[in-house]
Amino acid sequence: MLREEAQLVSKDVFSQDRSCAQLIALRDGFGKGVVRAGEKNPNVMVICADLSESTRSLWFKEKFPERFLQIGVAEQNMAAVASGLAAVGKIPFIASYAMFSPGRNWEQIRTTICYNNQNVKIAGAHAGISVGPDGATHQAIEDVAITRPIANMTVIIPADAIEAEKATFAAAQIDGPVYIRYAREKTPVITTERTPFEIGRAEVYYDGTDVALVASGPLVYEALRAAYILKEKGISARVINNHTVKPIDEKTIAQAAQECGAIVTAEEHQVQGGMGSAVAEIVVKTHAVPMEFVGVQNRFGESGPPDLLMDKFGLRDSNIVEAAQKAIKRKKRPA
Amino acid sequence: MAYVHDEKLKKLEETAATIRSDTIESVIIAKSGHIAGPLDMADVFTAMYFHVLKHDPKNPLWEERDRLVLSNGHIVPVQYAALAHAGYFPVEELKTLRQFGTRLQGHPHRPTLPGLETTSGPLGSGLSQAVGMALGFKMDGKSNQVYCLMSDAEQETGNIWEAVMLAGKHKLDNLTGIIDRNNIQIDGMTEDIMPLEPLREKYEAFNWHVLDVDGHNIREIIEACEEARAIYEKPVLIIAHTIAGKGVDFMEFKYEWHSKPFTPEEAKEALHELRTLGGKIQSEHQ
Repeated sequence: MLREEAQLVSKDVFSQDRSCAQLIALRDGFGKGVVRAGEKNPNVMVICADLSESTRSLWFKEKFPERFLQIGVAEQNMAAVASGLAAVGKIPFIASYAMFSPGRNWEQIRTTICYNNQNVKIAGAHAGISVGPDGATHQAIEDVAITRPIANMTVIIPADAIEAEKATFAAAQIDGPVYIRYAREKTPVITTERTPFEIGRAEVYYDGTDVALVASGPLVYEALRAAYILKEKGISARVINNHTVKPIDEKTIAQAAQECGAIVTAEEHQVQGGMGSAVAEIVVKTHAVPMEFVGVQNRFGESGPPDLLMDKFGLRDSNIVEAAQKAIKRKKRPA
Repeated sequence: MAYVHDEKLKKLEETAATIRSDTIESVIIAKSGHIAGPLDMADVFTAMYFHVLKHDPKNPLWEERDRLVLSNGHIVPVQYAALAHAGYFPVEELKTLRQFGTRLQGHPHRPTLPGLETTSGPLGSGLSQAVGMALGFKMDGKSNQVYCLMSDAEQETGNIWEAVMLAGKHKLDNLTGIIDRNNIQIDGMTEDIMPLEPLREKYEAFNWHVLDVDGHNIREIIEACEEARAIYEKPVLIIAHTIAGKGVDFMEFKYEWHSKPFTPEEAKEALHELRTLGGKIQSEHQ
């Protein structure tokens, strides 16, 4: 059942019809979070590459015009300029679509921000296939794979708009490079202001012992729905919101592997090199148990309504249920 | 910065000669590393660390200091030699260049060595970082100057022009770029590989003020930096015309020496020539 201390929204959101959920876009969480961070610290600033409205950087610009830098369509410049600003004491958030930043400017991020260890925050908007009509060129589904292996980097995938706001604010409070990915489309709100959030700590939202569903981003909602469906089938699933891919919460994952004996990961990203791969690294070196991976399966996205794309790419509660049953079947039976 | 008297100039030229020979010695010991660029920028680095920059080697993180950003990180051996002679770390440490466990990495890594302002190597992103620093100082109403040393070949990257455009947009008169115009790059002469000219007009078109200097004339370099500080509401570019491999006869003007290692005989000859050069400067001024 839902953990009380997680302080999530009503369980109806997960057990009843999808229409019960309130929908807010994660990017709105960025917009609000970065304004809050700016209110707290006068060194926080935002740099945007000609996408201020759609990344919600505009909200910061309206509040703090003197701390907003419009850099034009120049993502490589954006990353390295941010490094220079951080070198003189600023805390820059660089905001663009994840496809362009960290997509196009990966080397500048690696050399001038991470290796140089400068305090820059990378806000990657429009991550995932739920970007919709723009199609594959604008749907970043490899961004976690390219940011996680860079030393000094922290990588966060917030689950909903409220968590996105908390993650953005929290990123400004730690010293060092952080990458946060945000989805474009409105997605269900599952957490509340009271839900705990701490960078580097995965949260168990639903208790269970037969299988652990480790999810991130908007797929946490799908995993919670899957837990209710599995319950009807007599399967007890644990749901974990693994929002911080790096540094990953080894303890919570190892414990889930040991106590549940099977794991399903779920994310809106390629399964190669995604959050699931990070979980697998922990599982195989602690308690090796069967795993299944729900995510984009080695293909590009495409144009279409976000809802239909999520169905087509197999990123729904039903896909997680299926994967859970498969993983449980693969468990070793006691001799 | 004050006027350079003849006596001071002579001292600077001697320092440049020492920095040249220490640079080449460190590269010889390392058995790898670039040579031509470091040699031709010895005079610029000397002018910067021994006259132009406001800095304090005993307090590398002094808030009031000017910032020197090295964009083409591969010429860092000459910066290491300049930093050591300026007092940032022991001159003896130059012998550890590129060795296991050294602070003197093959390409500069800011967090490990005092005096370095950035981390560089991959070409084309130093000017962006310098622009970021200059913008930050402007935002805070501070008067620190930012200098960015670049190679000519890295003007072939797109990233440079993104930074050039931004500096022009914000009229960063606290920023001075210096290009080592030695005309060579790994595969040949710049004008064959990818023509850069008219370089001056290109920067001017982006609202920069451009000065040309003899990159081996320390007085000219210093005077150009002084003029740059007087320019209002425009970033300044100094094109330092240099001779690749300057100071070693058999290397001068030859692109092959961009990053080729010495044979032991070549090493001996190069060192001998550079040490004699030091003596020549003394006698010329006497």
